[in-house]
Amino acid sequence: MRIIHTDEITKNIREMCIEANVSLSEDVKKRVLSAKEKEESALGKRVLEQLEENLAIAENEQIPICQDTGMAVVFLAVGQEVRIEGTAIEDAVNEGIRQGYRDGYLRKSVVSDPLLRENTKDNTPGIIHYSIVPGENIEIIVAPKGFGSENTSRILMLKPADGIEGVKQAVLETVKLAGPNACPPMIVGVGIGGDFEKCAILAKKALTRNLDTPSPFPHIRELEKELLEEINKTKIGPGGLGGKVTALGLNIETYPTHIAGLPVAINLCCHVNRHVKRVL
Amino acid sequence: MERKITLPITKEFVCNLNSGDYVYLTGTLYSARDAAHKRMIETLAAGGELPIPIKNQTIYYLGPTPAKEGQVIGSAGPTTSTRMDKYTPTLIELGITGMIGKGKRSEAVIDAMKKYHAVYFAAVGGAGAFLSKCIVKAEIAAYEDLGAEAIYKLEVKDFPVIVVIDDKGENLYNQEKISLSSK
Repeated sequence: MRIIHTDEITKNIREMCIEANVSLSEDVKKRVLSAKEKEESALGKRVLEQLEENLAIAENEQIPICQDTGMAVVFLAVGQEVRIEGTAIEDAVNEGIRQGYRDGYLRKSVVSDPLLRENTKDNTPGIIHYSIVPGENIEIIVAPKGFGSENTSRILMLKPADGIEGVKQAVLETVKLAGPNACPPMIVGVGIGGDFEKCAILAKKALTRNLDTPSPFPHIRELEKELLEEINKTKIGPGGLGGKVTALGLNIETYPTHIAGLPVAINLCCHVNRHVKRVL
Repeated sequence: MERKITLPITKEFVCNLNSGDYVYLTGTLYSARDAAHKRMIETLAAGGELPIPIKNQTIYYLGPTPAKEGQVIGSAGPTTSTRMDKYTPTLIELGITGMIGKGKRSEAVIDAMKKYHAVYFAAVGGAGAFLSKCIVKAEIAAYEDLGAEAIYKLEVKDFPVIVVIDDKGENLYNQEKISLSSK
């Protein structure tokens, strides 16, 4: 039995919120920087150049890449050999978010009630997804999610008869409906299977997977490749102003589902696809 | 066509701008996003006065991050304009001539832009750190209690935007016709 104090969780989440918002992971950054070579539209190239310069300024000056520093999504995989000491784990996570958003000069974008809409002024609460796993570590992923692209995301409860063609159509339709609103070039996270809420979480989780690591399943790996190509044929382009580079990457996560169902969730993210992982 | 223009702009000037123009803006404008729009429209509905001048002004759909010590403003890119569509025709009727954001606009907004001569510029979404460098002065003009959604009076210098929709109703986003039925 290993003991981890909640102060450790708070401290790490504070740092991870700041880190995620000022610099992208290497895989995402690489795709942004190489997009210019693929783009043929002059306006599209110009947009990509601005994004490139933007990333450099953000990293050098340690300021947020985008003003929408997101709602903090936190995946916590807690080893079952760990005993957590200190405060309630949820409070520890939210305290980390509070400190990170304050000390990192990040925007406070959370309202306490979805209808009354009063800003909580500290960006809490975050969205926390817990899982209990074997081992004596805690794996934390902090993925601040902007809502320009979040608002364009969709869940479709397809029928088994819709099959792989139905899934392809759902993804392409979502990207086309989003168009310029999702700040292309985008990253696409797809969840297939599970039930209504499971596929949505899978789609979000897909966004946190390294873009250079394709799915371990051959048929899904094929689908990832084909869908990315199809999306880049829509000509939506950088900024939605036309061009070849509409998406920089697409990851799919799957889970077993019911004999009657084929849930599909598409979580769109702009190029500011933020995620930081640490293992305590 | 690439050009430099000085804000504020009149209705007559708007007629010279065309969808596809790459424009550098210099001058004064105001930021406002969801909550500020809602409050302005509610104020008008209740017979009140708006807290900022509207005639010939440009509104930037923006909620910046807080400025660090020594910074004019934090990260300051555009938010999705579509969410302001419900409120925009009223503000156009009252005299705004320019809007800066990103993303699609409704038919009602475009109709108002044609009728009253207003222009819709897009800035690059996700380029907030870069765009903050083109803002030389920022002060809260109204609704401070809204935090990130307060209205700021901003002075910009060579702020890069693209005319997406002009007052003729030409729309750069529609140039590549996107068909939902095709795969």
